[in-house]
Amino acid sequence: MIEVNEIHKHYGDVIALEKVSLSVNKGELFGLIGPDGAGKTSLMRILMSLLLPEGGAASMSGYDVVKDYKQVRLITGYMPGRFSLYPDLTVEENLKFFATVFGTTIQQNYHLIKDIYQQIEPFKDRRAGKLSGGMKQKLALSCALIHKPEILILDEPTTGVDAVSRKEFWEMLKRLKEMGITILVSTPYMDEASKCDRIALIQKGQLMSVETPQAMIKSFPEDLWAVRTRKIYDTSKYLELLPALISVNSFGQVLHLVTKKGVHTSKSIGQFLSQKGELDYSIEPSTATIEDLFILLMNHHKQN
Amino acid sequence: MRTLFYILQKEFTQVFRNKSMLPIIFVMPLVQMLILVFAATNELRQVDLAIVDYDHSTVSREMIAGIAGNPFFKVRENLANSQEAENLLMRNKIDLALIIPRHMDKDLTTTKSAQVQVLVDAINGNAAQLSLAYLSSVIGEYNRKVVISRIGGENNPIKTIIIKPTYWFNSQLNYKYYMAPGILVVLITVVGMLLGGMNLVREKELGTIEQINVTPIKKWQFIAGKLLPFLVIGLFDLAFGLLVARLAFAIPIRGSLPLLFGLASVYLVLVLSWGLFISTISDTQQQATFVSFFSLIVFIMMSGLFTPVESMPDWAQKLDFINPLYYFVKIMRSVLLKGSNFSDIFNEFAALSAFAVSIFGLAIFRYRKTS
Repeated sequence: MIEVNEIHKHYGDVIALEKVSLSVNKGELFGLIGPDGAGKTSLMRILMSLLLPEGGAASMSGYDVVKDYKQVRLITGYMPGRFSLYPDLTVEENLKFFATVFGTTIQQNYHLIKDIYQQIEPFKDRRAGKLSGGMKQKLALSCALIHKPEILILDEPTTGVDAVSRKEFWEMLKRLKEMGITILVSTPYMDEASKCDRIALIQKGQLMSVETPQAMIKSFPEDLWAVRTRKIYDTSKYLELLPALISVNSFGQVLHLVTKKGVHTSKSIGQFLSQKGELDYSIEPSTATIEDLFILLMNHHKQN
Repeated sequence: MRTLFYILQKEFTQVFRNKSMLPIIFVMPLVQMLILVFAATNELRQVDLAIVDYDHSTVSREMIAGIAGNPFFKVRENLANSQEAENLLMRNKIDLALIIPRHMDKDLTTTKSAQVQVLVDAINGNAAQLSLAYLSSVIGEYNRKVVISRIGGENNPIKTIIIKPTYWFNSQLNYKYYMAPGILVVLITVVGMLLGGMNLVREKELGTIEQINVTPIKKWQFIAGKLLPFLVIGLFDLAFGLLVARLAFAIPIRGSLPLLFGLASVYLVLVLSWGLFISTISDTQQQATFVSFFSLIVFIMMSGLFTPVESMPDWAQKLDFINPLYYFVKIMRSVLLKGSNFSDIFNEFAALSAFAVSIFGLAIFRYRKTS
């Protein structure tokens, strides 16, 4: 449904996208995961024909994003990272405006937005600028959907939204996916990755890995240990001296320790810590999260 | 067409929801017409004149009496010497000093010519020239009387040519008639350039343009949606300003009003397009305001609104060929004061239309949906 082939773009000296290739299937909920400045927005703006690529090609449902930009805009719904509806128009006026400029009406496609719009309908006479963050997202999603697009492109829709609204938002995306809409969504939150069918990890304009979240976790190539201790800082300092160490990072109250595959056991790490005089700890093998994989791949990229 | 209708509906809703819009529409014309028309004048009300009379003769006293009788001059007499007059001039107490030398009467009788000296404060060159011209004409008038009485007399009249001017289209030389049409031009120019331009940049600042750009709205529809509401507001302000000028200063409306509003529409399209063009190349309202303001000042100062174009240097007059305000100030004055018809001002109309079409095209060309 979305085909990206060696797309290249830079701003001055800064490379935004470096030969990015990607393929999103019809009806898929595809996540683009990466930190700020990774190139997520640039890729989405190129797909929406708002930005011209310097090299490579991309197509949406078979339409080239440069040549057939008019068709591309007709079959896609776009939600930019920044709230970009009219703050001085009411909820209903915004929705009506975007319906009419696409040559349709609210009634015609109401079934698509019903679940979402019903939640903000009590406030339909309120100006969009006066809505809360979560409600703004719902309105923006409604406006992006009102012309019945085949593809939805959502740029960090959950950034700056509270935890409850974020959860609701992902449930809405799941329902839209069930209606057959292909969704490309970007997020800087690694924990949201598991909600997608497939994800791409992006860093500094390069795709590091494209997989299902489960396969990605399984593919973690090294050993991962969860180390619990009271003195997180001291312990992590000791662990940095551990032979065959790849990385040690704190995840809240737990240290994630990555070591070369098959070198260590809980016991050998325990012995190392005891030698350093650290006695109050627990070590157990752990399964990797997307974030662990992201950090591993990021460090790997840095070394190359 | 349906799309354009909805775009216009949206724009009008937004315009009238903007709290600062109504004051701008109604207060600005009132302030401009009622304050600027009075302020922007070259007319002199009264001039402070000091006279130093070294002669103390019948002739000098007659001449001084003639000047003092003129309400235009506020005269200080009995100054001891010219030094005192100079001091007054330095301290901004007087605008002019007239110094009558000793033996003026005698010179007039013996050599048939006499001289007086006039000192003028020329800080404001315009006022200096005007007041000197007034004083010269008063002295000239007296001079003529002397000549007639001494040389000619009742029995032997001498022949002189007397100029009797008739000021057409503004017989009283009422400067308000002259300024009001020009101030009206400034009014609708400001409305068009600032309001129209700001509106588009605002969409950029808010980010809403991003959402508009992915819709099938065509470039011309979007630009027309930004243009038409302010065209209507501009025409309304012209009508309102004209009404104020009519009621406050009784300015004549000799030409056809439909013609005037038709030409104003062409002019507004031009100014609005210029404002929109500026906003397509700006990213923030601040940038757009600055560029608009800069071009406004240049256009206004060169338009012939305050100073006649004919007195500008040759190159500046040539530059005015691309100054839309120059044409429209001319059109406004001609239609209102002279009652010019369409064929009289066809050249100005043609120039404005050509600019309007090309700048509108430029604005559409520059507004890109893709970066």
